[in-house]
Amino acid sequence: MDTVNAPLLKLQGIKKDFFGNQVLTDINLELRAGEVLGLCGENGAGKSTLMKILFGAADIAETGGYGGDIFLDGEKVSFSSPFEAIAAGIGMVHQEFSLIPGFDATENILLNREPEKYNFISEIFGKRLNTLDRAEMDKRAKESIEKMGVAIDRHMMINTMPVGHKQFTEIARELSKEQLRLLILDEPTAVLTEKEAEALLDSIRGMSERGISVIFITHRLQEILSVCNTVAVMRDGVLVECEKAENMTVASITKSMVGRSVEGRTNNAARTISEDAPTVLKIDKLWVDMPGETVRNVSLEVKKGEILGIGGLAGQGKLGIPNGIMGLYEAGGNVEFEGKIIPLNNPRACLDSSFAFVSEDRRGVGLLLDESLEWNVAFPAMQIQNKFLKKYLGGLIKWRDEKAIRDVTGKYIDELKIKCTGTKQNARELSGGNQQKVCLAKAFALEPQLLFVSEPTRGIDVGAKALVLDALRKFNAESGVTVVMVSSELEELRATCDRIAIVSGGRISGILPAAASVEDFGTLMLKDVV
Amino acid sequence: MKDKITDSIKEFGLPRLIITGFLLLLLILAPFVGADLPTQISNIINRFSWNGVLVLAMVPMVHSGCGLNFGLPLGIISGLLGATISIELGFTGAASFVVAILVATPFALVFGTLYGWLLNKIKGGEMMIATYVGFSSVSLMCMMWLVLPYHSPNMVWGLSGKGLRTTISLEGYFDQALAHILQINIGNISIPTGTLLFFALLAFAIWAFLHTKTGTAMTAVGSNPAFARAAGINVDKVRMLSVVMSTWLAAIGILVYEQGFGFIQLYMAPFYMALPAVSAILIGGASVNKASIMNVIIGTILFQGIVTMTPTVMNNMIHMDMSEIIRIIASMGMILFALTRKTEAAKR
Repeated sequence: MDTVNAPLLKLQGIKKDFFGNQVLTDINLELRAGEVLGLCGENGAGKSTLMKILFGAADIAETGGYGGDIFLDGEKVSFSSPFEAIAAGIGMVHQEFSLIPGFDATENILLNREPEKYNFISEIFGKRLNTLDRAEMDKRAKESIEKMGVAIDRHMMINTMPVGHKQFTEIARELSKEQLRLLILDEPTAVLTEKEAEALLDSIRGMSERGISVIFITHRLQEILSVCNTVAVMRDGVLVECEKAENMTVASITKSMVGRSVEGRTNNAARTISEDAPTVLKIDKLWVDMPGETVRNVSLEVKKGEILGIGGLAGQGKLGIPNGIMGLYEAGGNVEFEGKIIPLNNPRACLDSSFAFVSEDRRGVGLLLDESLEWNVAFPAMQIQNKFLKKYLGGLIKWRDEKAIRDVTGKYIDELKIKCTGTKQNARELSGGNQQKVCLAKAFALEPQLLFVSEPTRGIDVGAKALVLDALRKFNAESGVTVVMVSSELEELRATCDRIAIVSGGRISGILPAAASVEDFGTLMLKDVV
Repeated sequence: MKDKITDSIKEFGLPRLIITGFLLLLLILAPFVGADLPTQISNIINRFSWNGVLVLAMVPMVHSGCGLNFGLPLGIISGLLGATISIELGFTGAASFVVAILVATPFALVFGTLYGWLLNKIKGGEMMIATYVGFSSVSLMCMMWLVLPYHSPNMVWGLSGKGLRTTISLEGYFDQALAHILQINIGNISIPTGTLLFFALLAFAIWAFLHTKTGTAMTAVGSNPAFARAAGINVDKVRMLSVVMSTWLAAIGILVYEQGFGFIQLYMAPFYMALPAVSAILIGGASVNKASIMNVIIGTILFQGIVTMTPTVMNNMIHMDMSEIIRIIASMGMILFALTRKTEAAKR
């Protein structure tokens, strides 16, 4: 092959199956130097698997390798470990952070590639006793942070950093590698605030100008359109579309991602909650000590039957509100529900007052990952309301009613369209979107009067997002339950809620109707930022 | 068809399959090397009946996420107190067994509560702490057995007239108290039906408990404490309950063991009692936070089977009395093997 004019990266007929389950079929892709490729697709479309093949991840080889060829600069390559991929100039920033918490940014950026100084001990005992050249390290870290174009403190400990800065530290680490020619970013903006995401996009543009190619994976389609030259869309392991970015729109990408057009719902004109609906929940001077999401002083009134949105930037305390009220973090202040005082720091008391909570920490708090869907759906209702139990000996023995549990789980599987092999499947085996639906089912089974939903669409794909939000709206409409929904995605709040409260600096900076303009919300978000 | 076979093998687990195969091999070899097969089978059944309840004692704590109960000696000590006090009070025959259980129960509840309180303070390091709780309680009791005011001539040292002997015969007391109920004797095979029924009763009780509301909460606490807390469960209380249950079962377990074995063993005897029980349940396919009654039954049969069969068959093969050495090698080897399996099924 002509190596002079060859593209930087060429994938030819890439195939991959996991034990007979075809996850990638005949992927062909080309990437030139300095080109930015946006890769999108629903969860499970095969994006991550494709990137793992490219990066030589160990689990690919362990599961029988892949089919097809990868050409780098016209030469056929096949990486059997990430080290080989790194040596060939490929860098990857993972969704999960691979940083050492107790080291500062500089140390993490140059980990295992530190410039060294000889000293007399190392002269005798060999290179392994060289000391680190701190001054040179500092210089190089500074260079790579400048290259990235986003200012982060290079002496800050990783464990004290906000999530966004951790993400930037990872990117700076990749940029500090001189041989870097292709950078893979796997959903880097998922944890970033809008401002940080904008800075990241600028940084990507800068890399592209310096001739570094970027593969950018994200669920935020607007970002792809604004930064990428080419957009590739994957669906069910097939590359369904690969087009110049200028020929694409958010709608057309979404359409090819889900294979159907997702109805855009930007406003909620049909819903009106009358101004004089009675107040059902009254929060007064609430404080919550939730690490990273401190609530300082929140007073808020929720009307019966409405969907109240709580928005705001990451780290401003919006997540602390439901977590504090539900007793999962230390809290103080007054919470009144239908005129009754709700004791704080007591999860059971809230649940007894028919509150329910869908946690943002799906895997940590929301699910019993190693138990069946039946258990996940029925457990809280069983423990709190004595549902799904058969009573013997005058209530002395409360026996699990397996049939009732199976029935209710089956009902929600149908209603929420949960993709699973059956009610007995373990929650761990489901995809993120389906796990989220199980969390909703769990809350619905409690038949609450007040439902807190925290980040219901975090990390799930477009199709599942719409289903989850629809389910929430439907639940609200049909059973008249009051919903408080916390989300970082303003668009989603505007599409779902009646009113939206914006939290900034641990306080409510304002409440607007969903139809208010984005600029107004933006102003509120930045009002008291700490 | 082939898939079905591989599936069922996978479910049963390769290690268990190998151990079962080895046990079958020993059973087949036995008659050829001159060991009496019916006696051997009878041995396995008897040992199963002695040890079953002790292994069962692992289940509640595993379910609540407290890990394997290495603090089993604590419960065993409660049982020993029950047995010795029952004899001291002058009960004989089957009545002494019932009284032993009644006396052991309050001790088990108190010790279990203290032990549970301690384990709630050190979440995450339960198994290590439990091991030392077991060890130190054994050492403390070594002194207590000498000091406590026992007078029954059947139990105290003959010369000084005070302090309990290391081994106390149960003849005339509850020796074979359960085993003789409905005992079946066919040739050289003797089946202790009563003991097996007693085990079945307790196993059923635990199985039933795990199907109740509280039992479900216990499993959920073990599976994900944060989830349970968010569902309004008092995690500490549930863990405490599981520890008390485990301790009480251990107390009953040692009484069942003694009635079959025919002797009360004091002082250092409870020291290593936890390990065979832990190994048995692990070999049975349990993990650090999942265990079923089936794991208990399969594990006890396999573990006790190997431990009884290996020395006999080996002895007869090499015509030299090495039974004790081989027994130690086999049982410690099994423990080592079982503990290596632990990581495989460990949490997340």
